[in-house]
Amino acid sequence: MKAGIVIFPGTNRERDMAIALERVTGAKPQVLWHRDTALPEGIDLVVLCGGFSYGDYLRCGAIAARSPIMRPIADHAARGGLILGVCNGFQILCEAGLLPGALLRNAGLRFLSMDCRMRVERTDTPFTAHYRRGQVIRAPMAHGDGNYIADEATLDRLEDEGRVAFRYVTEAGEAVPEAALNGAARNIAGIYSENLRVLGLMPHPEDLVDPLMGGTDGLALFESLAAAA
Amino acid sequence: MKVRVTVMPKSGVLDPQGKAIGHALASLGFAGVSEVRAGKVIELELAETDPARAKGQAEEMARKLLANTVIESFRVELV
Repeated sequence: MKAGIVIFPGTNRERDMAIALERVTGAKPQVLWHRDTALPEGIDLVVLCGGFSYGDYLRCGAIAARSPIMRPIADHAARGGLILGVCNGFQILCEAGLLPGALLRNAGLRFLSMDCRMRVERTDTPFTAHYRRGQVIRAPMAHGDGNYIADEATLDRLEDEGRVAFRYVTEAGEAVPEAALNGAARNIAGIYSENLRVLGLMPHPEDLVDPLMGGTDGLALFESLAAAA
Repeated sequence: MKVRVTVMPKSGVLDPQGKAIGHALASLGFAGVSEVRAGKVIELELAETDPARAKGQAEEMARKLLANTVIESFRVELV
């Protein structure tokens, strides 16, 4: 699998992501610059990492979503290419219209920096094949704007089409409202595009891929990707 | 020509910032504030001199960037 990581001004989680990708592919991911107007030949997976692109000015991800590299990334998506957006990357994908909905300020107004539990909703996707259906995994989160929202019709469509990738749950795996600390609608932590080839999520699976990090709950996501492409 | 774009959270969209401001006003003793909504104001200096065209340009800018119409509404006025 050939992976590329996009760097915007203010991206700050690219090293963690590179470690996770290199661990499963054995190769360093390519670094893509926000001003690039084309993707390198043969890229299978484009990754948008966490951080505070453009200082979160205007809205989180708003400026990054309109930068030059997003045009070839939209073409990559249209061709059925794989895209992973984590945290600020998820916000950018929503702002770019590659995923529906938006991420509002956390309902409690606090920046949340802690572990959360999320449930794997389906395993027949390029991102989750190495998990068990309904598996509850731990993932660190660190965000101020993770409160997922979309209109009711869009939320219903996401549910009907099986496009909710991960839900915030209790340790027992229950998607009760209290488990969504940021207030996300229907406990949504991550969603897929219609063709299941684009995933955006708020928590950071790349930060739990080695026992030295305190766990490996996120590793299966990268193993799934490496096996898929 | 100067144009002002006012961007507000759509009604029905949770506005935690507005809520926090409301709480702070109450703790300062301002009674009777039933709701606070917080948005943003963006002023643009445009080269266009025709008022209708300037307004049209600003509306396009608002749709494409200044507002996220999933969660926000906007109003454009000439100033």
